[in-house]
Amino acid sequence: MSILVFAESSEGKFKKVALEVTSYGKKLAEQLDTNLVVVSAFAENTDPLAKHGAERILMGNSDALKTSDVAIWADFIVAAANQENAEVVIIDSSSNGAYVAPLVAAKLQAGFTSNVVALPLSTSPFVVKRNAFSTKAFSKTEIKTSKKVIGLAKNSFGLFESPVQSNVEDFSPDLGVGKIKRTSVDKATDEVSIADAEIIVAGGRGLKSGDNWGMIEDLAEVLGAAKACSKPVSDLGWRPHTEHVGQTGKQAATNLYIAIGISGAIQHLAGVNSSKVKVVINTDEEAPFFKAAEYGIVGDAFEIVPKLVEKLKEFKAENG
Amino acid sequence: MKILVCISSVPDTTSKINFTDNDTKFDTNGVQFVINPHDEYSLTRAMWFKEKQGASLTVVSVGNQSVETTLRKALAIGADDAIRINAEATDGYFVAQQLAAVVKNGNYDLVIAGRESIDYNGGMVPGMLATLLNYNFVNAVTGIEITENKAVVTREIDGGKEVLETELPLVVGSQKGIVREEELRIPNMRGIMMARKKPLNVAEPISAEAATEAQNFEKPAVKSACKMVDNVDELIDLLHNEAKVI
Ligand SMILES: Cc1cc2nc3c(=O)[nH]c(=O)nc-3n(C[C@H](O)[C@H](O)[C@H](O)COP(=O)(O)OP(=O)(O)OC[C@H]3O[C@@H](n4cnc5c(N)ncnc54)[C@H](O)[C@@H]3O)c2cc1C
Repeated sequence: MSILVFAESSEGKFKKVALEVTSYGKKLAEQLDTNLVVVSAFAENTDPLAKHGAERILMGNSDALKTSDVAIWADFIVAAANQENAEVVIIDSSSNGAYVAPLVAAKLQAGFTSNVVALPLSTSPFVVKRNAFSTKAFSKTEIKTSKKVIGLAKNSFGLFESPVQSNVEDFSPDLGVGKIKRTSVDKATDEVSIADAEIIVAGGRGLKSGDNWGMIEDLAEVLGAAKACSKPVSDLGWRPHTEHVGQTGKQAATNLYIAIGISGAIQHLAGVNSSKVKVVINTDEEAPFFKAAEYGIVGDAFEIVPKLVEKLKEFKAENG
Repeated sequence: MKILVCISSVPDTTSKINFTDNDTKFDTNGVQFVINPHDEYSLTRAMWFKEKQGASLTVVSVGNQSVETTLRKALAIGADDAIRINAEATDGYFVAQQLAAVVKNGNYDLVIAGRESIDYNGGMVPGMLATLLNYNFVNAVTGIEITENKAVVTREIDGGKEVLETELPLVVGSQKGIVREEELRIPNMRGIMMARKKPLNVAEPISAEAATEAQNFEKPAVKSACKMVDNVDELIDLLHNEAKVI
C-alpha cells in the first residue's frame, strides 16, 4: 500500500503546486502510516521534491508522453498507482491537474473529490474537506471506494519541508499512442499566469476603457503580479478572456489580490474568496467588495494607482 | 452529426447559500434554478452546429422532476429533444455512469458538457464520461469547429491557449469563451410555445453506485471588518508589516 502523488513539471522544473501536493502526500502518508511515492516526468532536478519528503520518485521519460492526449497521461499515472498499489492518488488543481484527475479516477474506479483544502478529517471513514458552491461553502465529503483520488486546491494546504534522500527510478510503462494532436500554442511566456501568481492585480469596469490598463500593467510589473479582470471587462474586449476571474472564469487563490474599480458582485467574489489578503480601491465606499476585503482605500483609481506604483518602486528599491 | 449537451440545473449565481437538516442539505428555499452557465455556453455553440451544419441536438440532465424546468428552457432555446434521467445526481461518478449509458444508447458523435457545475464544482463529469466511453476528450474548451469527423478544438491552458486536432466521437468540457456573450439566447415566446410540444423523455437510471457522499456543509468563518486606509504609504506598510504579503 502507498500514497501516490503526481508532481507535474513544466519545462523540466517543478512549480509550487507540485511541492504542495508532495507536502500533502508526505503528511497523508504519515497519517495513514504508509509510504509516499511521487510520479513525475521529464524533470531534471528532483531536489525540490526531496526537500518536501519524496523518498521514492518514479520518473517518466518516454516519447509516448510527448503527447497532447490527456488519456495517455492518465494511463501513465494509473500504471504507477497499480504498480505501487496506491490507496490514495493526489493530483494538483492546475489546468493540467484538473484535466487528468477525473480520468485517473474513472480508470481506477476510484472515488474522486476535487478542491480539497485539508488533510482528511478522518481516514475511516475517509472524509475530506473541500470547497463547494464557488467557495461560498465547504463540504465534508466521504470517499467510499477503496481507492481514492484527491484533487488538492491550490494555495490552501501550504508547503512543508521534510528533507530526505530520494531515490529516482526510471518509469516507462507501456503506453498507447495519443489521438489528440497539438497544432499550435499561444502562451505569454514573459508574464506570470493567474494560476502561478502569488499576487494578482485585477481591474474592473471602473477603469472605463481598455486603454487605461497601462497603470494596471505598471502595478503588476512592480509587484511581479499576474493581471486579471472582471467579467464585463473581458466581455467588452478590453482584456482577454484568460484574465477573467470569478464564478464563470478563473479561480484566484493567491496571497494578495488587489481589486481596482471592481464592485465586488457575488459572482466575482466567488472567484477570489480563496485569496488570503484582498485590497480594494474603489470610489464608492458602499461597494460590496469592501465587505469581503482585508484592506480598502476609498478613492479614484486614476489618482491612487499611479501613486501606489511610484511608492512601491521606492519600497522595492529599499527592501530588495 | 448527433450532439448531446449535458445540462446541470444549478442555483442562480446570485443565490444565498444556506443549508438545512443539520447542515446536510442545500437549502433550496427561495432559490431559483438555472442552466449551469458553462452548459448554457455549450448549448449556444451546439445551436450553431444545428443551424449551420444540420446537426441534431439533444439535451440531457440527471435529476428529479424539478430539473424539467431547466430542460424546457433548453428546448425553448432550440434543442430538438430532452432526456431526464430520473435520479438524484449524488456524485460525479454516478452522473458520468448515467450519462455514459445515454450516449451509448443514442450513439452521439459529440458530447458537450460544462467544465464544471457552479454548485458542487466537481469538474469531473466530462473527463469521467469520456473515459467510460473511451471517447477522445478535451477539457476547458473555448472554441470548437467540426468538419466531417475531424474536430479542431481550442483549449485554455495556464497563461494562454492551445489548438488541438482530434476526431469524433469526442467529449468536450466547455467553458465561457466557446461563444461570445452576445450570442447567448433568451428564449422567445415562439420558442417557449414550441418547447412544450418537443419530446422530454424520462428514463430510469442504470444501476450504479456513487463513489463519494457529501456528509455535511459549513460556511466559511465570518471575516473581520475591512481595515480602511487613507493613503498608499499606509497601505504598503500594512501589506509589508502586518499582512506580510509584499
Ligand atoms: C451568470 C453570471 C455569471 C457571472 N460571472 C462573473 C464572473 O465570473 N466574474 C465577474 O467578475 N463577474 C461575473 N458576473 C457579472 C457580475 O454580476 C458583475 O456584473 C461584474 O462582476 C461587475 O464587474 P465590475 O465590478 O468590473 O463592474 P461594475 O459593477 O460596473 O463596477 C465598477 C466599479 O468601479 C468603481 N469605480 C468607478 N470609477 C472608479 C474609479 N475612477 N476609481 C475606482 N473605482 C471606480 C465603481 O464604484 C464600481 O464599484 C456574472 C454575472 C452573471 C449573471
